[in-house]
Amino acid sequence: MDLLYNAVFRPETYSPLIQVLIILAKALVVVGVLMLHVTYATYFERKSIGHMQVRLGPMRVGPHGLLQPIADFIKLFFKEDIIPASADKPIFFIAPAISIFAGMTAISVIPFFSGFVVANINIGLLFIFAMSSLNAYGVVLAGWASNSKYSFLGGLRSSAQVISYEIAMGLSLVGVMMMAGSLNLSEIVRAQQRFPGGFFWPQALGFFVFMVAAFAETNRTPFDLPEAESELVAGYFTEYSGMRFALFYVAEYIGMIVMSLVGITCFLGGWNGPFAIPYLPFAWLFIKLYLFIFFFYWVRATLPRYRYDQLMALGWKLLIPLALLNIIGTGLVKMLLKG
Amino acid sequence: MPGHVLSPYLPILVLMIIALGFGLGSLVAGMLVRPRRPYPEKLMPYESGNPPVDEPRYRFSVKFYIVAMLFVIFDVEAIFLYPWAVTFDKLGLYAFVEMMLFIAILMVGYVYAWKKDAFRWE
Repeated sequence: MDLLYNAVFRPETYSPLIQVLIILAKALVVVGVLMLHVTYATYFERKSIGHMQVRLGPMRVGPHGLLQPIADFIKLFFKEDIIPASADKPIFFIAPAISIFAGMTAISVIPFFSGFVVANINIGLLFIFAMSSLNAYGVVLAGWASNSKYSFLGGLRSSAQVISYEIAMGLSLVGVMMMAGSLNLSEIVRAQQRFPGGFFWPQALGFFVFMVAAFAETNRTPFDLPEAESELVAGYFTEYSGMRFALFYVAEYIGMIVMSLVGITCFLGGWNGPFAIPYLPFAWLFIKLYLFIFFFYWVRATLPRYRYDQLMALGWKLLIPLALLNIIGTGLVKMLLKG
Repeated sequence: MPGHVLSPYLPILVLMIIALGFGLGSLVAGMLVRPRRPYPEKLMPYESGNPPVDEPRYRFSVKFYIVAMLFVIFDVEAIFLYPWAVTFDKLGLYAFVEMMLFIAILMVGYVYAWKKDAFRWE
């Protein structure tokens, strides 16, 4: 037990080689937990939306369809991989890898409980933004390289949407930075301990802007225009099949989980909860994460899709002014409190 | 030698390698087991079952360029706000007023872009 404690919280007491092994073990644990969540997030989505629409969702594979994600994975793994003859092959190959790379790497700066974070860097929040911008490349390159009309239009729409909402998202978190005085996500969580309910109440406006932008950044309903199936088939991944399609699909869910974790860490107090749960320091984080993910599904089952001009108007004419207002308000209040 | 602290950025490199390995590994592993029976019709880009007409990369709306340019301006603004926000408590009133002026000047451009209908998509 002491050995494990030392390895997780005080790795510097070991030699560099052991430290690298500890880092590797931590990273593998985090990636493993993440992939497990992605797998069952798909099942959770189909089940919850099924019940919201008064049907059962997957029921056949295993008890209550519990083995459905595994069956899906096996199917996609053995599917033929069709590469369109007119595609730009190297870019077509690399695009899904970029998407999954960006999502998975972003998880490295998220603290799961006090002291447990794969990479405890000072610019954690900035790194998350960098990775979420990289994710846009996967989408745009996939749309371009497929050389198909649906993919092209999906990629074009997506790039405009993602960059528009990235500004709103970047500005919505400035208030959090002002209150926490740090970009390190663990520091941000610690700064929230002084406030009941974290930064949710003092930064309610910022949280609203962040949530709307998070839905747009992850291409989820009501902002899933890049993959609006009624007009664009599957948008930027129309031409992708088999395992390559699966990578895009996994990347979307990873994006959703990362965005939820950023929201929880910056606004809802991260790993802290109303009371401590013994032996499970990460319990509150995961409870909040499941609530967030459920919220994503709930919104998907409730709201219709936005029109493209409405989407751009919302981002530019409402969210950006609101985010700036939040920054000015936070600054004024902080100045007045200081006297 | 115990006590030697590695760079805090090393874990990110490790995770990048794992992520790339996952992405490429799953594709390569799949290549070994999946069938590959291409024929010309199967390799056509999807267009509702019809043979594709025209090139897909035709000219698109100039609106997308305007959005991209506005993005650059506002993203630089956001990045400029970060260091100020992080050190807000230490900088005091002077920096606060300065930043409000900066946002006000930016707002002039924002209102101009709005009035010029840069945010209209109909």
